[in-house]
Amino acid sequence: MTLYLFYFLSFLAILSALMVVFSKNPVHSVLYLIITFFCIFGHYLLMNAQFVAFVHIIVYAGAIMVLFLYVLMLLNLNSESEPHKNNTLKFVAVISGCLLMVVLVAALRGTDTMMLQDNGSKIGYVRNLGKVMLTDFLLPFEITSILLLAAMVGAVMIGKKSSKTTTPQ
Amino acid sequence: MTDFLIYKILLVVGVFTVTLVVAMYATYGERKVAAFLQDRIGPNRAGPFGILQPLADGLKFFMKEEIIPSVSNKFLFILGPSIAMITALMAGVLIPWGNTLIINGTSYSLQITDIDIGILYVFGVVSIGVYGIMIGGWASNNKYSLLGAIRASAQMISYELAMGISIIALIMMTGTLSLGEIVTQQAGGDWNFWNVVYQPLGFLIFIVCAFAECNRAPFDLPECETELVGGYHTEYSSMKLGFYMFAEYINMFISSAVLSTLYFGGYNFPFMNDLGLSHNAITILGTVFLFGKIFFFIFFFMWVRWTLPRFRYDQLMNLGWRVLLPLSIANLLLTALVLLWIDK
Repeated sequence: MTLYLFYFLSFLAILSALMVVFSKNPVHSVLYLIITFFCIFGHYLLMNAQFVAFVHIIVYAGAIMVLFLYVLMLLNLNSESEPHKNNTLKFVAVISGCLLMVVLVAALRGTDTMMLQDNGSKIGYVRNLGKVMLTDFLLPFEITSILLLAAMVGAVMIGKKSSKTTTPQ
Repeated sequence: MTDFLIYKILLVVGVFTVTLVVAMYATYGERKVAAFLQDRIGPNRAGPFGILQPLADGLKFFMKEEIIPSVSNKFLFILGPSIAMITALMAGVLIPWGNTLIINGTSYSLQITDIDIGILYVFGVVSIGVYGIMIGGWASNNKYSLLGAIRASAQMISYELAMGISIIALIMMTGTLSLGEIVTQQAGGDWNFWNVVYQPLGFLIFIVCAFAECNRAPFDLPECETELVGGYHTEYSSMKLGFYMFAEYINMFISSAVLSTLYFGGYNFPFMNDLGLSHNAITILGTVFLFGKIFFFIFFFMWVRWTLPRFRYDQLMNLGWRVLLPLSIANLLLTALVLLWIDK
């Protein structure tokens, strides 16, 4: 049962991920991306990682994608006004995409030996996850938070700069 | 196993029906409350005291002609109200509607399911709810609808932050994310008060954000009729418009239930252990009390709507980002400090 669900979700995830790339309308792309996120949410649930699953939905589907849609609707791109990329650019994009795939495959190679053996594990539950994060993985956790803080400060800086240049007083 | 399934299915159907009936009569209640606040009589034609008015309204919605704009994306146009309705109905699963009923020695919980991360689920459902408005507004291919959709998304994102942080302060106090456990912790007796006593500021922030998340006045900018014709549902007619309206009332009901659960003790009521009643009687009485609290909050929603004028859009954004967000962060830090101090 779980296996069939896994295959179904994987199929749907890959299909909608492809549709993100292939659909002409940017708003449709974003909607397909939201479907992809929901499939990944299902995968997290299958792995018994409830906390990660719901945070994934809240952060990605609930906030980031809403902002994406917001920007796209504000621009209101349609097929005439959409900038068309030339062939050289497409070629370069394909090559860099393939390179990224090579990197991902290389990084994920050999992870099957590290697979979590215990299937009834409760590590994904929020209490256990919090304990593990603040004891065994404290340093990576703190570094990640500093990274996020830096990104936040950077975003504020960029936002400030552009508002200064666009409204000369 | 079959027993378990039947009982869960009964519970789901029961919650579904109660949600729909409450939402239906909330529309009637809204008109009666508005009439009361404006010194009018309100609907009084259909049935005694106009009690059949919601049924007549529903029938009217079904009988109206359905118009789908020829230029819009038909699938997304229908998907919009459907998402609004589905997400509105989804959050009711986790609300603890009552304590356990003991029948023939087996105890049946009146909560459909109590997952480990209850609040996050409710929060996730709320954050997805905005897609109904956004997709509907965009698919209408109408400038006013689009403006309404854009307003809705900006408003939701802004107020979700303050709401989330005010909930984090509450979670730090209770030490659990499960709604069932939060309610059990608020059970009466021995100077154990409801969470609103310990988190008054958090409650205030939460209820203001709940108003914004439900798109209720004074924050109903997405459907502001003085500026945007009808906002995101300008192009909608028939039952699809009805779904949007209905989803708003269901959201109101669910947020009232969440408010009562998180801050007002859920199904607990004062002196519940001193009455000397049997367990089942207390449970049923608790459910009645929970609905009393919910109805009070629904009335509060209406009271505010017919009392306060609508905010201007920049005022709305200022309130969200410059007042509520810093306040909720201050509340979070204060809660953390007090918890540390008590622990020591």
